[in-house]
Amino acid sequence: MTGIALHSHDMPEHRPTVGLFVTCLVDLMRPAVGFAAVKLLEQAGCDVVVPAAQTCCGQPAYNAGDVADAKALARGVIDAFARIDYVVLPSGSCGGTIKVHYPEMFADEPAWLDRARDLARRTFELTTFLSDVMKTGPIAGRLEAATAYHDSCSGLRELGIREQPRALLSGIQGLELREMDEAEACCGFGGLFCVKYPEISEKMVDVKVDAIAATGADHLIGGDMGCLMNMAGRLQRRGLDVHVRHVAEVLAGTCADAPPIGESETSQAKTKIA
Amino acid sequence: MDSTAHSFVDNAHRALHDAKLQHSLGRFKEGFPVKRRAAVDRMPEFDALREAAREIKDHAIANLDLYLERFTERAEANGTRVHWCTDAEAARQRVLEICRDSGARTVAKGKSMIGEEIGINEFLEAEGIRPVETDLGEYIIQLRHEPPSHIIAPAVHLSKDQVADAFRSHHRDYPETRPLEEPEVMLAEARAVLRQEFLAAELGITGANMLVAETGSVVLVTNEGNGDLTQTLPRVQIVIASLEKVVPTLEDATTILRVLARSATGQDLSVYTTFTTGPRRGGDLDGPSEVHVLLLDNGRTEMLGNEFREMLRCIRCGACINHCPIYAAIGGHAYGWVYSGPMGAVLIPNLIGIEEAGNLPNASTLCGRCEEVCPMQIPLPRMLRQLRDRQYRARNSPAAVRYGLSGWAFLARRPALYRLAMSLGVGGLGRIGRLKRNGGRFRRLPFADGWTGTRDLPAPAGKTFQQMWSERGGRRQ
Repeated sequence: MTGIALHSHDMPEHRPTVGLFVTCLVDLMRPAVGFAAVKLLEQAGCDVVVPAAQTCCGQPAYNAGDVADAKALARGVIDAFARIDYVVLPSGSCGGTIKVHYPEMFADEPAWLDRARDLARRTFELTTFLSDVMKTGPIAGRLEAATAYHDSCSGLRELGIREQPRALLSGIQGLELREMDEAEACCGFGGLFCVKYPEISEKMVDVKVDAIAATGADHLIGGDMGCLMNMAGRLQRRGLDVHVRHVAEVLAGTCADAPPIGESETSQAKTKIA
Repeated sequence: MDSTAHSFVDNAHRALHDAKLQHSLGRFKEGFPVKRRAAVDRMPEFDALREAAREIKDHAIANLDLYLERFTERAEANGTRVHWCTDAEAARQRVLEICRDSGARTVAKGKSMIGEEIGINEFLEAEGIRPVETDLGEYIIQLRHEPPSHIIAPAVHLSKDQVADAFRSHHRDYPETRPLEEPEVMLAEARAVLRQEFLAAELGITGANMLVAETGSVVLVTNEGNGDLTQTLPRVQIVIASLEKVVPTLEDATTILRVLARSATGQDLSVYTTFTTGPRRGGDLDGPSEVHVLLLDNGRTEMLGNEFREMLRCIRCGACINHCPIYAAIGGHAYGWVYSGPMGAVLIPNLIGIEEAGNLPNASTLCGRCEEVCPMQIPLPRMLRQLRDRQYRARNSPAAVRYGLSGWAFLARRPALYRLAMSLGVGGLGRIGRLKRNGGRFRRLPFADGWTGTRDLPAPAGKTFQQMWSERGGRRQ
């Protein structure tokens, strides 16, 4: 329990069980974010389970117009997370799919609509859950970093995530937040968009990378792996020395467990020496 | 106007490599969005106003037949002649008949997107009638034989030099070596040239921002006053308007005006807002002696009955375009037809067919900024998704996307198989990643050019979270 300011009177009455929805990208590309999320949830007083039957929330299919497959995947998620107090995801994008789009998908199927709404009500993006439901307050920790923060579009506009991660991060000593210009502009990831229209995506991520560079930050933090991989990939292609981290790793104090996104153990060691 | 929407990818490629365009787009982003923000911040009740404006349009659209009939009745009572046109060809023919009847050779033209939609300028030219655009931006692009690249700022893609070049090559009465660096100087020259055209024109054509059913009035908004000269100087006036422009009352029109300019340019109100109600009456000092209003359907009634109905709320303020990161990257011409940005990506496939404009709804990250700033709260991202849905069902999406998604969905619906496939895939990639001396990321990966062509791809850790969770004996239920 160390390092977390708890306000017990505001917290849920019993010790809640949280089902972690790992998300595809964290599962495949960066398990460290999943473990950081587990640590944060346990520190906040939750029991964490990871249902084995979870796969993908269905967003890629839904956004590509493949509604039938998206609904099949949504039914799987609804089943996998039935009867759990809360569902928490380290992603605003997948969170938006469940909270906003599942009820849309089942608008014409009353039985599933009820279940979709019930799941939507229990589902939270990680920083929102810690901040608004568990009311942890700022999370104590230490990281020497001048950092830019990227507000991912779905989280920002579908779920209203903006202040929560900043409030949690305000407890991290040594961390200086430097807001960038055009902070609300998309980074150009957009799921399949970035591989279907790579030239347009490149222009968009370059605008973003320029804005990050203009802050002079040496770190970039955000809450969605897709956007972070896109920006990390472009920062590195352009040879810019900015270390990219998911907000969960910074808050959980587990940065030592994995090098920054797209960097190797050796480059992390070099950074530390420098 | 002929469409190049089918060549969207090539259009975008050219736009991204056009240094002058990129320079203009870079400046553009810092203009309207900043001014809109300031205008909204100055007005605490903006959201309530937006809500009221949306309700007015929803009500008008739900009762479109009623209000169009009322508009027609009141306008005709004022001496206006109302013409119903089902499509672009019908509208062009009607305009031509009116021009012929009035013996017009020169037509002064106010800025009108419906005019672009029906390609009125090329049509009239081919019939030996000379249309002269009188909005400065429209005038410039007319000289350059270009379509507008933005619905409210048609020449936004151009630099000062390009405008000066156009003036030098067309204004032959002016000395070749005159200085034309300052915008004020160029403006004065365009004014002088256009003043003669206004006086020469026998007929004026404008669009309409709104039609008021209660009074049979036409509402026109401009910042240059050219609309008023176009409406009042020539003997005959034609207004071309699409059906959804009608609102019930004058009060409703003023509510919409309050969100229109703020959303568009950040002005509290545009410089000129003109209500025109019929031709000149006895005792009037000026005004046309004939006024015609063309009510154009051109696909609107079809949208009235499908999932794109809410698009008919659009008041053409351009806020979605001004805040769109795709538009900011490629500009308006890349979209290939009259409209651009998010509203264009929804409207163009609806008006000219999704087969022609299939890329437009796909070339979006669905970032949602358009819907956020839309004064009419049109769910543009939802509509882009619905167009994709339509393509997917018609099997018009690219095969690679269809098969890729089906394969992914096949696995994702079978959790055990999915976990196995992902762990094998990630294990393989992780091994390749570790073999590379500088690990951590891939600079090139076969079949992943879309990604690695422009950015590095972080290498996976070698095991999935699910594998590691099982190995650590983590709780499943």
